[in-house]
Amino acid sequence: MVNLTQLRENNSNIEVATKENVFEVSNLNLWYGEDQALYDINMNMGKNEITAIIGPSGCGKSTFIKTLNRMVELVPSVKTSGTIKYKDSNIFDPKFAVEDLRTQVGMVFQKPNPFPKSIYDNVAYGAKIHGIKKKKDLDIIVEKSLRDAAIWDEVKDRLKENAYSLSGGQQQRLCIARCLAIEPDVILMDEPTSALDPISTLKLEELVQNLKEKYSIVIVTHNMQQAARVSDKTAFFLNGEIVEFSNTDVLFSNPEDKRTEDYITGRFG
Amino acid sequence: MALQTGEKSTKRMKNRIRKNKLFHTLFFGATALSLVILAMLFYRIISQGAGNLSWDFIKNFPAPYPDRAGIYAGLVGSLLLIAIVAVVSITIGVATAIYLEEYAKKNKLTSFIQSNIQNLAGVPSIVFGLLGLTFFVYILNFDFSLLSGGLTMSLLVLPIIVVAAQEAIRSVPNDLKEASYGMGATKWQTVLRVVIPAALPGMITGSILALSRAIGETAPLLVVGAATAIYALPDSIFGSYTAMPIQIYSWISKPGDEWPVVAATGIIILLIVLLIMNTIAALIRNKFQRRN
Repeated sequence: MVNLTQLRENNSNIEVATKENVFEVSNLNLWYGEDQALYDINMNMGKNEITAIIGPSGCGKSTFIKTLNRMVELVPSVKTSGTIKYKDSNIFDPKFAVEDLRTQVGMVFQKPNPFPKSIYDNVAYGAKIHGIKKKKDLDIIVEKSLRDAAIWDEVKDRLKENAYSLSGGQQQRLCIARCLAIEPDVILMDEPTSALDPISTLKLEELVQNLKEKYSIVIVTHNMQQAARVSDKTAFFLNGEIVEFSNTDVLFSNPEDKRTEDYITGRFG
Repeated sequence: MALQTGEKSTKRMKNRIRKNKLFHTLFFGATALSLVILAMLFYRIISQGAGNLSWDFIKNFPAPYPDRAGIYAGLVGSLLLIAIVAVVSITIGVATAIYLEEYAKKNKLTSFIQSNIQNLAGVPSIVFGLLGLTFFVYILNFDFSLLSGGLTMSLLVLPIIVVAAQEAIRSVPNDLKEASYGMGATKWQTVLRVVIPAALPGMITGSILALSRAIGETAPLLVVGAATAIYALPDSIFGSYTAMPIQIYSWISKPGDEWPVVAATGIIILLIVLLIMNTIAALIRNKFQRRN
């Protein structure tokens, strides 16, 4: 594995270093009915990297991240063109089952959305739908996922309680645990802290940092400090286009495009 | 312009307050009127029929003499009928609702089907009776049996159950479905494990309310040949039967002062059954609401 800490310290090397990409997006266009929401998106996302996507409301960042696991297709009128390569297969290939894609590319949503079930059953859900039935196996998966999502200590004595009894921040970490339980390679996070208080947000950011060791992460965020704090690379979206995509520290300290500069300095958005 | 002071504005204020009170009274009056009518209805039925209420009335078959007539055949017939209706209409109705909400593409055909189901819910029940007569009684040759009655009633309540189940499904938060799809669940897994459990209370409540409509229906049963005087319970689903509303109807149309009393007693039993069903529906709804 590429040592990313080293790479960040020495970020001129990052482009040179050969590393695996989990996603390679080429010429992606997307329409909701007649309205085009994404224009010619080209970007790669690296393995075990955190890629942040920032931009003002309505710039297409949520649409984009939902395209990566084809959740966007739950809206009936969506049409796309271009390709998204996930580990050498085009995700739009009819042979690539969408269920298979979503098992490898998990998602955490904007609002914590646990099921109205017990904490245990929430985490076991993914394992169950993939055919794991034995209580012993489920127990192991549940504990491991909750530990990895840094919430085990808070819930280990109340696994049978309804997930709605947890606080918002805990619910969101539970949703991450639920996502980890299906053992994805990539985790997509769509503004995961927008409904959380500052302390829960910090906890979640710390968790995201730790998850990077095992997973590749794409995170959409409204919060530029968050992008600066957690991500390796940042893409700035505006009106459905990528304005700038580079290493996070470069983008925030020395943006190439005037619009990026205006946005990160708070002049609009 | 001064809005707050001056003679004009005081007058305007008084006017607005008077209008507010007027409408308050109007709306209260409308509510009170329907309550008064309901109370009168209850009073009349109970004062007329309660005296005749006895265990014998419940377990006796109809008889040519008012003092020996009972509603047993009607009560059991109605319950059997409802059992058939429940099995047939809830199964088909819920499946239809799931198809329309979760599987069907949102296109013109679907919305055409959708609006026709809503129209069906408003079709007079006698029309369903005629359909049942043609199809179940004559074409399928089920004769004037319990089965014909049950299937006809199922057709009648089916649209109501479909619409109620659709509403229950629509009220399942999208978040939950997204969470399930996001983990690679198939549509069927999502429907089975997320949508149905969350929509179940609404589905059950809607179904019970639809069934309680079926239990009070008379017209279609008259057409598909429920018997008015019957001295045995149906021996199978192909047997002849009667139902409470039919029984009550036949009592009311008999000459003499005593038969209306018997009919009133029958109505009390019918109302009790309806009340029990609606209470069950309300209890289920409350229980699940608290759990969420």
